[in-house]
Amino acid sequence: MKPPRLLDAWSAVVRRDLLSALRHRADLLTTLIFFVIVASLFPLGVGSDAALLRSIGPGVIWVAALLASILALARLFSGDYADGTLEQLALAPYSLTFLALGKIVAHWLATGLPLVIVAPLLGVQFDLNADALLVLMASLLLGTPTLSLIGAVGAALTLGVRGGGALLSLLILPLYVPVLIFGAGAVEASAAGLGAGAHLSLLGAFLLSALVFAPWATAVSLRIAVE
Amino acid sequence: MNWGSVSEFLAMGGYAGYVWGSFGITAACLVLEILLLKARRREAVRRVG
Amino acid sequence: MTSRINWFKYSSPASFYPLAGKLIPAFFAVASLLAVCGLYIGFFVAPTDAQQGEAYRIIFIHVPAAWMSMFLYVVMAFWAGMGLAFNTRLSSMMASAIAPTGALMTFIALWTGALWGKPMWGAWWVWDARLTSELILLFLYLGFMSLQAAIDDPRRADKAGAVIALVGAVNVPIIYFSVQWWNTLHQGASVSLTRNPSMAATMLAGMLIMALAIWIYSIAVVLMRVRSVILERERNSDWVQELTEQQS
Repeated sequence: MKPPRLLDAWSAVVRRDLLSALRHRADLLTTLIFFVIVASLFPLGVGSDAALLRSIGPGVIWVAALLASILALARLFSGDYADGTLEQLALAPYSLTFLALGKIVAHWLATGLPLVIVAPLLGVQFDLNADALLVLMASLLLGTPTLSLIGAVGAALTLGVRGGGALLSLLILPLYVPVLIFGAGAVEASAAGLGAGAHLSLLGAFLLSALVFAPWATAVSLRIAVE
Repeated sequence: MNWGSVSEFLAMGGYAGYVWGSFGITAACLVLEILLLKARRREAVRRVG
Repeated sequence: MTSRINWFKYSSPASFYPLAGKLIPAFFAVASLLAVCGLYIGFFVAPTDAQQGEAYRIIFIHVPAAWMSMFLYVVMAFWAGMGLAFNTRLSSMMASAIAPTGALMTFIALWTGALWGKPMWGAWWVWDARLTSELILLFLYLGFMSLQAAIDDPRRADKAGAVIALVGAVNVPIIYFSVQWWNTLHQGASVSLTRNPSMAATMLAGMLIMALAIWIYSIAVVLMRVRSVILERERNSDWVQELTEQQS
C-alpha cells in the first residue's frame, strides 16, 4: 500500500490539531480572555481620557495580541512532545518542514484568528474610528500568522526546557518588534488620516518571509529537541 | 594640551559626573569581568582534580 | 607535505587550549597599550567640542563598545552556525564564550549612551534608533545565554543556541530598520546621537584606537572564558586529567 501523499499527510496534521483544539476549547478561551483583560487594564492604569486612549489604543491592543500569542505558543508542540507523536512526525517519510507548517497553520486558526475577530471590540474601548478598526483587523490578520510562525521556532527550541514560558517570551519578544512597530503603526497612520498601505505591505512582506524560513527553522529546532 | 591644571582635567568642564561615570563604570565592568573569569577558572581547575 | 598548512590542527579543544593560554597575556598587553594611546588621544590631543563641551569625550568608549557589541554578536552567530553545521564542539564553545562579553559591551554602550544623553538632551533615556536597537541586542544576547543555561545536555544547548543566535542575526537588520522608521516617525529628526557633522581627525583617531583596544581585550577575555568552558566540558577526558597531573 502506498503511503499517503504529502498533501494528505499535511491536511491530516491540520485536521488533527484543529480537532484537538476544539476539544480543548477552554485553552483557546483563556488566551482570548487574556487578550481582552490585558488590553482593558491599560485604561485603568492610565486614565480614561479619550484622546490619550485613542493615541495609545493601537499599541496597547497590539502588545496585548503579542502577549496572548506567546501564551498560546506553549501548547503548540508540548502535547505532541509529551506523548511521543512528535518523534513519529520526525520519523515519518514526509518533510518535517511541511508538517510543522501544518501544525502552525492549525495553531493560528485556533489562537490567532480569534484575536483578529475580537480586536475591533477592544478598538471600540479605545475610541478608534471605523477606518482604524478595519485597519486594525487587517494588520492583525497579516501580523498574527507571522507571530505564530516566528513563535513556533521558539516553542520548538524550548520544548521540555526549564523556565518554559518566561524563557520563550525572552527569546521571541525581541523578534516580534518589527511586526509590532508596523502593525500598530498601520492603525496609527489610519487613525491620523494617512494611508496604511505601506505598513500593511511591509507586514505582508514579513509574513511571506516568515512563511519561507520559519517552518524550516522550526523543523530544525524540532529535530534538536527530539534527538 | 587641553587642560591647564589637574583640577580642570578632573572637572571636565562641568561634566565630570557624566564623563567619569562612563569611564568609571566601563573600567569597573572590565575589571569585574576578568575577576569573575579568574574565579571561574579556579573553580573549573578544582573540579577537574 | 611540509609546505601545506594544517588549518584544522587547532580545531580540537585539546590543541586549542594550550594555544589560547599562550596568546592571552599577549593580547592583554597589546590591548593595554592601545588603550593608553587611545585614552591619551581622547583626553589630551582631541580638542573640546564646540557644541557639546567636554561631555562628548564619552564617545571614546560609547562608540567602540557599541561597535564591539554588534561585531561580537555576528562572530558569536558565526561560530554557533559552524558548530551546528559541522558538529564541531569547539566552535560551539567559542560561541558560548563570546556571549557574556558581547552582552557586557551592550550594557556599557547603553550605560554610556544614557550618560551622554542626559547632559546633551536632558533625559537619561532617549528612544533614538541606535540606543533602542542596542537594547534589543541586549535582549538577544540574554535570550541566547538563558536558553543555553536552561538546557542541561551540552550538545543540545549548543545546537539550540545556534538556532536562536542565527535567527537573531538574520533579524537584526530587520529590527534595526523597523526601529529606525519608528524613531523618525515618533520624534523629529532633531535628536540624534549619531549625527556627527564633521569629526576632527584626532577624535576619529582616538575612537578607532579605542575600538581596536576593546576588540583585542574582547579576544583575550573570550579566550580566557573558552579555556574554562573547555575544562568544564572536557574534564573527564584523558588530556585534561594529564594536564592537572602535570600541574600538581
